[in-house]
Amino acid sequence: MRLQRNPQLNANGELIHLLSTEGLSKAVLTHILDTAANFVSVSDREVKKVPLLRGKSVFNLFFENSTRTRTTFDIAATRLSADVINLDIARSSASKGESLLDTIDNLSAMAADIFVVRHNESGAPYLIAQHVAPHVHVVNAGDGRHAHPTQALLDMYTIRHFKGDFSNLSVAIVGDVLHSRVARSNIHALTTLGCPDVRVVGPKTLVPGDMTQMGARVCHDLREGISGVDVVIALRLQNERMSGALLPSAQEFFKSYGLTPERMQWAKPDAIVMHPGPINRGVEIASAVADGPQAVILSQVTFGIAVRMAVMSIVASHDA
Amino acid sequence: MKILIKSGRVIDPASGLDANQDIAIAAGRIVAMGDTINDFTPEKTIDASGTVVAPGLIDLCTRLREPGFEHESMLESEMAAAVAGGVTSLVCPPDTDPVLDEPGLVDMLKFRTKKLRQARVFPLGALTRGLKGEVLTEMAELTESGCVGFGQADVPIVNTQVLQRTFQYAASFGYSVWLRPQDYWLGQGVAASGPLATRMGLSGVPVAAEVIALETIFELLRGTPARVHLCRISSAKGLELVRKAKVEGLPITCDVSVHNLHLIDVDMGYYDARLRLQPPVRQQIDRDALRAGLADGTIDALVSDHNPVEADAKNLPFAQAEPGATAVELLLSLALKWGQADGVPDITVLRALTRGPASVLGQSLGSLQDSIGRIVVGGVADICIYNPHDEWVVSDDRLRSQGKHTPFTGYALPGTVCQTIAGGFIAFDGQ
Repeated sequence: MRLQRNPQLNANGELIHLLSTEGLSKAVLTHILDTAANFVSVSDREVKKVPLLRGKSVFNLFFENSTRTRTTFDIAATRLSADVINLDIARSSASKGESLLDTIDNLSAMAADIFVVRHNESGAPYLIAQHVAPHVHVVNAGDGRHAHPTQALLDMYTIRHFKGDFSNLSVAIVGDVLHSRVARSNIHALTTLGCPDVRVVGPKTLVPGDMTQMGARVCHDLREGISGVDVVIALRLQNERMSGALLPSAQEFFKSYGLTPERMQWAKPDAIVMHPGPINRGVEIASAVADGPQAVILSQVTFGIAVRMAVMSIVASHDA
Repeated sequence: MKILIKSGRVIDPASGLDANQDIAIAAGRIVAMGDTINDFTPEKTIDASGTVVAPGLIDLCTRLREPGFEHESMLESEMAAAVAGGVTSLVCPPDTDPVLDEPGLVDMLKFRTKKLRQARVFPLGALTRGLKGEVLTEMAELTESGCVGFGQADVPIVNTQVLQRTFQYAASFGYSVWLRPQDYWLGQGVAASGPLATRMGLSGVPVAAEVIALETIFELLRGTPARVHLCRISSAKGLELVRKAKVEGLPITCDVSVHNLHLIDVDMGYYDARLRLQPPVRQQIDRDALRAGLADGTIDALVSDHNPVEADAKNLPFAQAEPGATAVELLLSLALKWGQADGVPDITVLRALTRGPASVLGQSLGSLQDSIGRIVVGGVADICIYNPHDEWVVSDDRLRSQGKHTPFTGYALPGTVCQTIAGGFIAFDGQ
């Protein structure tokens, strides 16, 4: 087949694109987290900038709507002194029938250095990465159900910050795992970083049994799923799931799988609660938990900027 | 033209012949065969020493994309590709644009293909109007125009009562029904269900989609016997059901595509859209079962499932890419590759490409029934002469088809076609 070598790495094993946490070594993941640690302090300065990407152009290419992720990439690129261009694809040529690769070619002709891409189809960033010129780097901001590597990295950063070592942690991912790119990327990152107990929790319609092959333990009972865990990651439940006969209602989901203060007692007393956002209060998580002392959701957002700065500066520093 | 094919290794699966023989052709027919042929003055002699002389291949699924792509001269290029691949008879499915559900369209197609003097074209008519699965087509009229059977291409009939009635109606006239067994609702995915599709975030088609469709067809057949040909079996479980149904005596035949014979889901690699196929390629266990099933005859024919998809339609994210691959020029080589890998005798390999598909077509071939797919004195001179020792590497410039997308690009494959003779006319000469 065409792409035999992991397209994210150049011949020296250095990161040139970030497409997925799958296939990246512990060393590569750790390097990103360590680099992010250096950038955390930038946000505390009066002048929140470093010149690492000065003169470079970062194009945010979001085929799927997102304000928060795009904003954090925008902020991250700006803090690296890059020029940021945000492309509103819905109102652009794609809606006039321009193909994905034609869009990429046209933008490349405008001297893009980094494409940050979010697309609703799994695998789209791989097509783009194969297609762009050697000096252009692709950062996947989420492709279909497949991967959301920067989210996973900021989740790993958060866990490392609050819990330290991965090698004796238990982590539960609760909710619509089937459709979740966050879940998949987290499972890969956690297992690579040495986490020995990764659990996915939800009804059978939303948590497929063959996820065990990714290294996760499949649980359909919330109590079993979060008993004794150090970290609970709640996933957002989308409304479409009700119409696809996957779930009867949001209320029933909350009844069986929602995180409440009572249920959080099944986890370790010092367990942290995470969520990629935006949260649906009263669906996957009760307000008391989301606003409570165990929740680190807002820290995730802060760390997300530093992690994205790290990712962009790292890929931009390596040649194809 | 009088042609003498000298010193070739003649393999005719229908009669079991595998011997060095000369073949004399005149007026489109084989007039003599033997160690030496007397009283025959050829206008052309083909030195076939070192080659295999086989019946012209019969491909039960080659898309010519006409009607629909006349502006790209697809008919001409795909017909040229077929004979370059050693194919002298091909069946084209009805999913053209417009759908092949009007006798006039069939007449036109047959007229245009006949003029080219290449492979014989046997169109499948649509089973329902527009392939919509609601209203029957005029099967008698379409048969008169030249259709050899009726199918739905890749579009399942959802309404079981309509499906039953298509069997009843077709059976009234002895027409055969060609169906790809896949449940409409469960078949919506883009890759084979399993751990890999889950990991890659691709919607899956479970084996149950094939099994449920097969069970439905078999149960309807028990009440309403009709000749049914099952297209593109993809799973071990599905194959097992077919085996049992044949033992039971249901009037069915089936085929498998070169893709399901050779490839598995892992071959998708990093979302390679050339692996976007219908049915999807499944797991190792399915591939193994299909290979065994083709060898033991449970599967009657190997097909190319040729679909010359345009480059633009493949240069898209996996789920959006158009399914299909160019394949008619690879059919023989992929069959030989299978034979070599699994130790299947040449005569069995060739049966899957000649006698097997001919028996699937059966009575619909009319007077050709006794000679298509075989080398027999008095029969039509449809011959494929190939060099089994030669090897070629699949690449864009080696393909005459306008479709260049195949998962086998870069593969070194055994067997090159030397000449293809269709109706006594040398339609392709590779020398």
